[in-house]
Order: sequence, then structure tokens, then C-alpha cells
Amino acid sequence: MNPSPAVLLRDVVKRFGAITALDHLDLEVPRGSCFGLLGPNGAGKSTTMRLLTGQAVADSGNVEVLGHRLPDESRHARAASGVVPQIDNLDDELTVAENLEVYARLQRVPKGDRDAAVTRGLHTARLVDRADTPASELSGGMRRRLLIARGMVHGPELVLLDEPTVGLDPQIRQQLWATIAEIRAAGVTVLMSTHYIEEAERLCDEVAVMHEGRVVASGHPAELISQLVGREVLEVAGEPTVLAEVEAEARAGGLRTRRSGTTIAVLDAEHLDGQSWADGERRAPTLEDVFVVLTGEELA
Amino acid sequence: MSVITPPVAQHRFEPAVVAAIIYREWRVFRRVWFSTAFGSLVEPIVFFIGFGFGFGALISEVAGLSYFEFMATGTIAIGILFSALFPGLINGYARRTEKHLYDGQMAAPVTVAELVAGEALWNGLRVSVVAVVTLGVAFAFGVDMGWGVVLVPVIAVVTGFGLSATGAAFAAKLRSWHGIDIIIGGIVAPMLVVAGTFFPLDGLPRWAELVGRFNPLHHCVELLRGAAFGFPGFGQTMVHVGALLLFNLIAWLAAVRLVRRALID
Repeated sequence: MNPSPAVLLRDVVKRFGAITALDHLDLEVPRGSCFGLLGPNGAGKSTTMRLLTGQAVADSGNVEVLGHRLPDESRHARAASGVVPQIDNLDDELTVAENLEVYARLQRVPKGDRDAAVTRGLHTARLVDRADTPASELSGGMRRRLLIARGMVHGPELVLLDEPTVGLDPQIRQQLWATIAEIRAAGVTVLMSTHYIEEAERLCDEVAVMHEGRVVASGHPAELISQLVGREVLEVAGEPTVLAEVEAEARAGGLRTRRSGTTIAVLDAEHLDGQSWADGERRAPTLEDVFVVLTGEELA
Repeated sequence: MSVITPPVAQHRFEPAVVAAIIYREWRVFRRVWFSTAFGSLVEPIVFFIGFGFGFGALISEVAGLSYFEFMATGTIAIGILFSALFPGLINGYARRTEKHLYDGQMAAPVTVAELVAGEALWNGLRVSVVAVVTLGVAFAFGVDMGWGVVLVPVIAVVTGFGLSATGAAFAAKLRSWHGIDIIIGGIVAPMLVVAGTFFPLDGLPRWAELVGRFNPLHHCVELLRGAAFGFPGFGQTMVHVGALLLFNLIAWLAAVRLVRRALID
């Protein structure tokens, strides 16, 4: 059993000019887990991902991937991990099978294993019958599946998924979740960034909420929810004046609230009893509530 | 289920990775070879008719060669320049900014040195085909060349490598497509003209002639002429060979440095 975690960041700072992308970030991803990095655009998720492949270098702090110190040992880290980027970078000049084969070569898969690796990749991507189709002719969902299969072509110990389902139809997103669940079941460590709460809740054993370049809370999704936003949320819909009234009364009673669009959510609603204004819909709290409480910002 | 890949050496330059980069280019080339072949066939024919017959009627002899012989070797050199520098430049920019191809490749255990070397070597190899096609056109036009022309592909690979790396180095500094105008006007045009391709350097003003001596294309075309019509002597030939090798080294080092800066934050 290897004692080093899959990913270990300690006090990592990364600046781009005047912007501090990562602000003394600490993060530890245990081997074998599915770990979610949660946060809005600009929270530092993609920068974190690029750091782990040596495509960005930290200004200070320690970065380790599978026990390899970065950036000095980034090549070792990249050989043992797979990357599924947020920005689609499939090679449109190649076919589906060629995309897999070129990456098998770049990942130094031995000659004798290459054909099997490509075949397995075609199955992972569910594109066996499109092996010879140019990548440029694939639909959005197919491209995403091929990107995942490409990242897995060399049988990595760790897979980095940067916003794996961003911009996809809900139906295609479900399919990708199934693929990610298969990868997990095979024992591969998964680190995924997302700003879709549902995605993190469904797939991840552990999540870290990022805000302005640092982790503001982390743990199992259910634990985070019960610790930070209680057991129940009361959601009241209505005119702006009604919402303002509810907000004022709840706050006077020491409860936290969250405005979103045409509704207001009152957290820790299990403590409410028979208040006149408290007729709304009661629901279970979500990671989204956690996120808003922690950062004061809506996610999407 | 998992594949065991061979152990990685962090700082070693791995020929297998360079070969993987070249393999990618080869797979694409198999589908698009016709446009390369067509271009490399038609361009010299146009030049031979236009400059060879057009200018050739006015000028009888240059540097001991007929004008047609002189410009035929110049045309090979120009083919090498265009076919190596532009892919290095245009692919270098598009793959970094629009196609995000380098982002994908650099997420694999690939170093910038291997990436640049692979693409430059591929362009060198491709350019050697262009040079051989041009050579064939020259033969067809009746240019009488010696057995030394078997060295033409070698000269093309060496020059093509350096010119492709030069293109990659400039591409790494480009912020938009508009910058290409600066490179075409400021770099490619002088390289093309002040090289001794279509007229000899010693007819130019003294300062321009001096500049020409630092032009790698000048050393390329002199070697091509040597290969086709007889080398000028060992010492002079070695000056051209040394100049080209030095150019390659500088271009490659510059490209690696600038591309690394462009790709890694």
C-alpha cells in the first residue's frame, strides 16, 4: 500500500500578474477516492488542474501527484495520470481510433499493448463502430466520451476531469456520469472539478468547496450539508415585498436565508415552529445551500 | 485492466516521444499529401517559366552558371523556406491558441524540447520531398545536374528543421494572426531576397551582402548549388555546413525556450 495521497497541495500560491488564482491552497485527495472540486468560475479549479499536470508552476508551496514532487517530477506524474480537459482538444485532423492511438504512443504504451489499449478506449467511449470516423464529425457527447477514453488509454492511477459535463444536455450528462462511475469502480482515483452541484453530490465521496483560490470547506457531501446548513430548508416563493418580509423575520429569529431569483430559502428550518409566515415548501438542503452560505455567491 | 508503461526519466530526451509526435503528423499527411504534392510541383514550374525563361532571356550567365541553372537551385531553396517556415509558424500558432492541441500533448509525459524537435523534424522530412519534386521539375526542364544531387534531401532536412523551428519560435510570440504580417514582411521577404536565390549576393550593396551571409537560406542555396554543379572547395563548403548546423542549434534552443514560456504558466 502506497502511503502518499493521490494529490497533495500544501500552501500553494499561484499569481497571474495582479490576480491571485490560488491563495495558500491546501488540498489532499486520498487514493481510490472520487474527489470533487466545487466552485464558481474563477475559483481556481482549472488552475489547480493545470498545476497537477505541470502546465502551470506554483509560485510557492508544495505540489505532489502520486508521490511525485512537481514541477521537477511532473513527467512521472503525467505518465501515471490521465487528463480530461475542460476545453475540448480532440485532434480533429485524426479519426477516433487515431486519436486514441496517438495518445497511447505519447503515453508510451508499449507496442504490443497498443492495439488492445485502443480497442478498450473505443469501448469506454462507446464508439467502436465509429473507429474510422474523423473526430471532427462527432457530436458533443461523443467528443466528451472520446476525451475521457483518451485520458484513460494508458490505464492511469489518477484521472483529472476538468468540468467533464460543462455545456452538455442533461441526458448526455447522465451518460457521462455512468462512465465516470465505471472508472471509479475500476479503482482509479478521480479528481473532478465542477460547478454542477448535482454532479458532485452523485459521484463524489468527498468534496472541497473552493472560493477565491482557497478551500473554504471540505468533507463528505452529506456531512458538509448537515454541519453547515442543518437538516431542512424552507423555500418561500412570492412577490419581492413578501420575500423581504420573510427575510427580515427569519433573520430576526437568528436564521440564515438565501435569496435566489423569485424565492427565498430559510436554512435550519427544522427549528421553525408555526410562524405565520412559514408556509412554503420544505426540502432537504443541498450542497448548493452550503456553497452559498460559505461564499455568499450563487454557483451557476 | 491497467497498462504498465515503461519507467519515465524526467530529464532525458526520449526519441520514442519524438517519434510519436512525428507519427501524428504522418497520419494526417496520408490524407492531405495531394495538396503538398500539387503545390510543390506547380510552384517550381511557374518559377521556371517566369524567371527561368523570362529573366534567362536577359541574363546569360551568373557566377559561372547559366541563369536557368542558378535560379533552379534557388527555387529549391525557396521551396524549402516556404514549406518549412510557414507550417512551423502557422501550425505553431493555431495548435497553441485555436486547436489547443499542445495543451493535450503536454498533459502527456512530453517535454517541450521533444514536441518542438518532433514537429521540426517532420517539417524537415516533408520539405525534403518538396525539394526532390522540385529537383525532378528541374531535370524535366533540362537542367544538367551531377550525382551530387543525391545530397539535396539531406540539405533540405537540415535546413527545413531550422526554418520550422524558427517558425515555431515566432509563433510562440504571436498574440494574434495579424502579427504574421510582420513576420512575412520583416523576416520572410528579406530571407527570400537577400540569399542569392534568384540573383547573386555580390551584386547587392555591401551592407546587404553582409546581411546575406548571416541568412541560413544563403548557405542552403550555396550547398544546393554545390551538390548540383560541384562544390566550391572543402573549406568554403564546411563554412556553409557549419553555418547551417549553428543556425539549427540556435533556432531549436530559441523555439524550446519561447514555446515553453508560451505553454507553461
